[in-house]
Amino acid sequence: MTGPLILGIESSCDETGVGIVRGRELLANEVASSVDQHARWGGVVPEVASRAHLQAMVPALERALAKADVDLTEIDAIAVTAGPGLMGALVIGLASAKALAASLNKPLYGVNHLVGHVAVDILEHGPLDMPCGALLVSGGHTNLLKVDDLTSSITEVGTTIDDAAGEAYDKVARLLGLGYPGGPIVDKAAASGDPKAIAFPRGLTARHDLAKHRFDFSFSGLKTAVARWVETARLEGREVPIDDVCASFQEAVADVLTAKAVDMCDHYGLKQFVIGGGVAANSRLRTLLEERLAARGVALRRPRPGLCTDNGAMIAILGSEVVTAGLPPSASDIGADSGMPISKVLA
Amino acid sequence: MITLAVDTSTDVRVGIARDGVVLASGSVENPRAHAEQLMPLVESTLASVGLALGDVDAIVAGVGPGPFTGLRVGVVTATTLGLVLRRPVKGVCSLDAVAAAWSDAPERFVAVSDARRREVYWAVYAGGVRVEGPFVTAPSEVPDLPLAGPGAELVRPTSGPTILDAGVFAATASEMPDAGLEPLYLRRPDAELPTAKKTTIPQPRVSIRKRP
Ligand SMILES: [Zn+2]
Repeated sequence: MTGPLILGIESSCDETGVGIVRGRELLANEVASSVDQHARWGGVVPEVASRAHLQAMVPALERALAKADVDLTEIDAIAVTAGPGLMGALVIGLASAKALAASLNKPLYGVNHLVGHVAVDILEHGPLDMPCGALLVSGGHTNLLKVDDLTSSITEVGTTIDDAAGEAYDKVARLLGLGYPGGPIVDKAAASGDPKAIAFPRGLTARHDLAKHRFDFSFSGLKTAVARWVETARLEGREVPIDDVCASFQEAVADVLTAKAVDMCDHYGLKQFVIGGGVAANSRLRTLLEERLAARGVALRRPRPGLCTDNGAMIAILGSEVVTAGLPPSASDIGADSGMPISKVLA
Repeated sequence: MITLAVDTSTDVRVGIARDGVVLASGSVENPRAHAEQLMPLVESTLASVGLALGDVDAIVAGVGPGPFTGLRVGVVTATTLGLVLRRPVKGVCSLDAVAAAWSDAPERFVAVSDARRREVYWAVYAGGVRVEGPFVTAPSEVPDLPLAGPGAELVRPTSGPTILDAGVFAATASEMPDAGLEPLYLRRPDAELPTAKKTTIPQPRVSIRKRP
């Protein structure tokens, strides 16, 4: 038994991804990013991303097929991100996937992008032990999930009530004039700074907030606090210690993400925890999470950075799990769902 | 030779022709359901004349001008089908397809489509050939010539056809100039930026979306 041969397509934001898996084995993962085209805006411009997806889609398909060394006719099913994401970006992957499925006469599975971020670690570290916890952190997502069954039962335990964690990184990088995307740049600057230099706030950790938002996040106040601190320093004619600001900001983000992840594992008695999304590549977050989870006997799973960010392999492996679970394919007239809820694994 | 034509510059349109003769023309008159309806319509239009995707020898796609999201759905559908079926894919200006459907057209006329935001897309035809355009302008700048096309009524009353017949498109596409497979955007991507949100941090006056 080698499992089904699945081609997965991802186009929910600024990455055009095509992945191919056989069962739980990764055969190809081709990603084209339009990140450089968004740098001057400091964030993803939907129209720019959509234009780039159209140019990248067929070449990415060709590269993935060549890399996996499979013929299109061998593919058993097509999986595609149906949502959540940018509508104009999602429909490009969806339309391409539908054309593939119809012309190959193979089933189409429209799947949830967020669940793909959880599933992708199966390719690196094997099947997940359910129930497990998951933290998805990127410029678009900040979700704490409880996964009871990857293909049928996922609950959102917490999310951000304002900005995504990666968005806060982008904004802080911008106000410090460091460029875009903020995650890797701030992480690098933080490495030579003092994380205790400035006491930035930890959103939604006060007693009165915990009653209603025990597992939720807020990064808007942190971003504002950093902006005010920098502004005050400049007004007072002090030199802004970029490294210390970055390290202290990053510590605040990692601390609050980790504290809530640990609290969730305690609360639900979880023994395995997966992280995904672009910010999962962050060094401080990983170290802190590993430390605090290990102290409670919870195993941390993290795919390599190339699989943390958006890609087609995560959609292909989720498609593979869905096919193996015997779930029915999506209808040929499904649409993209920019606000697809996490409770829906399949469109 | 079987030609499949898809056009998503207005609503969803699919045409089939054999050696320049129209076999079928299908449409879903919904300007917001391209991703949902295009592929099902391709299959049902082919099936209506006893054909399947494997019978298609050539593919043409209308590349606009028109609403960008819809255009991209049409183009990526056509190029993906071309990849799987190993058939050539040609992009054609959608206004050329509109113009081709006017059987007793005057010597000079203008084909027009709706560009929204109080503007129209248009091109001038003489002797059946596009001689100017496509452009995007206010309706008042469209030349004083007979009109055709789905946006004609935004300029003034028209005597020509107002819808794009995808069957005629499929039948005549081989004679139309190749417009490439990039949609005819006519507007820069930053012209499409939504307006900025208020924030406490100074930032460029554009709104951005979250990065994954
Ligand atoms: Zn993502």
